[in-house]
Amino acid sequence: MLIEGKTGPWEIVIGLEVHAQVISKAKLFSGAATDFGAEPNTQVSPVDAAFPGMLPVINRFCVEQAVRTGLGLEAQINLVSVFDRKNYFYADLPAGYQISQYQRPIVGKGKITLDLPGGETREVGITRLHLEQDAGKSLHDQHPTKTYVDLNRAGVALMEIVSEPDMRSPEEAGAYLKKLRSILRYLGTCDGNMEEGSMRCDCNVSVRRPGEPYGTRCEIKNVNSVRFVMQAIEYEARRQIEVLEDGGTIRQETRLFDSGRGVTRPMRTKEHAHDYRYFPDPDLLPLVLDPAWVEEIRNSLPELPDAKKARFMREYKLSAYDAGVLAAERESADYYERVAKGRDPKQAANFVMGDLFGALNRLGVGIDRSPVSAENLGRLIDLVADGTISGRLAKDVFAAMVETGQDPATIVEERGLRQVTDTAAIEQAIDAVMAREAAKVAEYRGGKEKLFGYFVGQVMKATQGKANPAVVNDLLRKKLAG
Amino acid sequence: MTALTRLTIAEARAGLAKKEFSARELARAFTAAVERAKPLNAFITETPEKALEMADASDARRARGEALPLDGIPLGIKDLFCTKGILTTAGSHILDGFHPPYESTVTQKLWDAGAVCLGKLNMDEFAMGSSNTTSYYGPVESPWRRPGDNRPLVPGGSSGGSAAAVAARAVMAATGTDTGGSIRQPAGFCGIVGMKPTYGRCSRWGIVAFASSLDQAGPMTRTVRDAAIMLGVMAGHDPKDSTSAPLPVPDFEKALTGDVRGLKVGIPREYRVDGMPAEIERLWAEGVEWLKAAGAQPVEISLKMTKYALPTYYIIAPAEASSNLARYDGVRFGLRVEEGQSLDDMYEATRAAGFGAEVKRRIMIGTYVLSAGYYDAYYLKAQRVRKLIANDFKAAFEHCDVILTPTAPSAAFAIGEKSDDPIAMYLNDVFTVPVNLAGLPGLSVPAGLSSEGLPLGLQVIGRAFDEETVLRVGEVIEKAAAFTAEPAFTAG
Repeated sequence: MLIEGKTGPWEIVIGLEVHAQVISKAKLFSGAATDFGAEPNTQVSPVDAAFPGMLPVINRFCVEQAVRTGLGLEAQINLVSVFDRKNYFYADLPAGYQISQYQRPIVGKGKITLDLPGGETREVGITRLHLEQDAGKSLHDQHPTKTYVDLNRAGVALMEIVSEPDMRSPEEAGAYLKKLRSILRYLGTCDGNMEEGSMRCDCNVSVRRPGEPYGTRCEIKNVNSVRFVMQAIEYEARRQIEVLEDGGTIRQETRLFDSGRGVTRPMRTKEHAHDYRYFPDPDLLPLVLDPAWVEEIRNSLPELPDAKKARFMREYKLSAYDAGVLAAERESADYYERVAKGRDPKQAANFVMGDLFGALNRLGVGIDRSPVSAENLGRLIDLVADGTISGRLAKDVFAAMVETGQDPATIVEERGLRQVTDTAAIEQAIDAVMAREAAKVAEYRGGKEKLFGYFVGQVMKATQGKANPAVVNDLLRKKLAG
Repeated sequence: MTALTRLTIAEARAGLAKKEFSARELARAFTAAVERAKPLNAFITETPEKALEMADASDARRARGEALPLDGIPLGIKDLFCTKGILTTAGSHILDGFHPPYESTVTQKLWDAGAVCLGKLNMDEFAMGSSNTTSYYGPVESPWRRPGDNRPLVPGGSSGGSAAAVAARAVMAATGTDTGGSIRQPAGFCGIVGMKPTYGRCSRWGIVAFASSLDQAGPMTRTVRDAAIMLGVMAGHDPKDSTSAPLPVPDFEKALTGDVRGLKVGIPREYRVDGMPAEIERLWAEGVEWLKAAGAQPVEISLKMTKYALPTYYIIAPAEASSNLARYDGVRFGLRVEEGQSLDDMYEATRAAGFGAEVKRRIMIGTYVLSAGYYDAYYLKAQRVRKLIANDFKAAFEHCDVILTPTAPSAAFAIGEKSDDPIAMYLNDVFTVPVNLAGLPGLSVPAGLSSEGLPLGLQVIGRAFDEETVLRVGEVIEKAAAFTAEPAFTAG
């Protein structure tokens, strides 16, 4: 995407660094728990608080999660990786260093395929993924002059996933985050919850004239929703273009996104520029992975969104767009497949993406808490297919299902919604309508044929919608013809 | 009952087993000795009540017939080991009031084996020093004096409190830690036995870290046999320390067969350093003769990288220390000095007040060598040289089974004598530092007296995880040397 400036078109160049909290009961180097929302400083071991003499011991499960994620990103798994110390002083960093991976990360180059509107796709390179500890939290708003420190988060395992500067628009950045989140959730390695901070994003943004080398980039730290990421990039790109077009230069700096005002601003400049003095952590041996173990993890990977999307297109003949939407979340994909099994897959997709997603949206719940089970939605489709109810009535039945959670057959029976295919009953209704509307019948017969729809509507109304529309059409046409 | 304090661990073990005396009697004798040893300033914290309590428990166990390997043996603990509920200072002001909520693995193993705690021993601040003069709690005096000269001498360091207390018979034995010679050099200075095991043999969990890739705990005792007994309890794999070796612990005492026939003893020619007193040369040669007489075979070896060991050590150790000591920030434990308004103000005030000059010097060196632009030239290069030093030893051990060297290039010196010249001080560790860099076991055995009447030690270096041969050779030297000299000051 190009942005038109006062002096010509500009291209945005975006790279994202995502910090994804690893799903694990225990922290990366201690046995302390990781539950979100616990009372401050209740999930802290002496290791997390960096008490004297305490030593880190790597959590095997967190390593497995990182490998699983790497495999899900089709990335190279480094059988030998090294933990380094990143040294800096801050009150919520108890040891005065963060254990991270600097020169030798556990995962190397990989890729993510973005699903763009219109069913287009685009590949974005993954530079690396490494494991590191999270810091604690400084709470500045609890006391007028003091800062409180909560170490519950200190030591929690994070995966830092770094992309190549391959994205060219805020939309692509949004699609990247959605796809990454989808993959992580499929893998069960991160819950992707940006509001709770279990997924955080730093955006590297620069602009350039098309075809020219990369411009100077600014990093926008810690943006916490997909929407904000897109807004922040959009704002930042326009800001940079304005600076450049006014003859200024971009200073490489770290900025923050103010979501209230929709702007980015420079972070308070620290008096001291950080020199992190990385060096290998002498408390930890290099992390050596058994290739057989990596293969074991590879073989246990679930079908991932891209593969699932392709299969949906192939097996169910869905459009790229529909397949992409349904495959985005494991839960919705599973739901869809249960509905589609043995039924018309297109119709199943329409129900799931249209009626069901609409209802869930209105209710503000996820598919895992849907009031309509996949089995019941399937039965509803069956009732339409075997002519028990009309497609139009199916909407009403569905609404009742959302409300009551009941089986569609029960609703149809209890409310007497069974479709009328009895020609005698329908003929009777048609006769009544024609008798009442004699003038209109004359008009129709005089050539005003578009009145046909009106008659259909009247007959349907007379039968409370239960009449089989095909039968109504058929009989009505004959009778009107005289 | 004064005589009880003169017993070795092996003797006390036998006496307790034969019920010649109780653990309580032993503990009483030693708590009195600790009291008398006060002028040496060897202790930071004394725990006489705890000692009696533990002794009573020990006696009760023995009465039930459940005596443990070290039951009733009174020990002093270097104040670098975290001890649950007992002040732990690392000899530093910055750990003011720190009572750890946990017990270090090594001390836990000692207590689990029935040992009795007499208290926490003084040391150089954060184990940085070779004379025990950098402690916030004041210097430790060696119990030794030059005959006819009453100037107080250093006990060596950093485990100076441990060495002085063992030599003065104020504790039966003590724990030490050794990063560049901190067990062996003070053991040499004080005429006792000190053993630094192979890196990874003892868990570092719960020991205040100085330089993580070099630190190792070990025993400081009056005899080689006692060192073997104590090491057997201290050693062992600990899943809480990722660098501890998952190896079984041999019966070290059993290794003391006295038989060194056919063993090849390497004599590194590079250890004849400039300015080393002739008497140390002579003692070294005497050591070779003792082993030869016992049937071992001396071989000349070369450790070419020796001269790079000290500069390498003084890059790697401070680098790790600068990072390890970042946690002393006044936020969660220990000293906090609240000056100024900002967090940085508090850090600066706390660390300025909390750390002594030597610690600050090493933090600055360490920060410097890890800084952008200097990392490759210093830290990375030092790591490469370290590898070469380790390779040197590996190659040498293809031609010999142990290596014999002096422990230090001089005897103890007077307090204050070398304190304005850090480099002269660092030279104390010239023979011990390479062993840490290579991660090997090293043992210092008292072997003779200097012309000034001060103890001199010989060092036996072994292959990684071959403490058994080291101890066996050490015991043969000990017998041959028949070192019976005693310090001017004894508390028991």
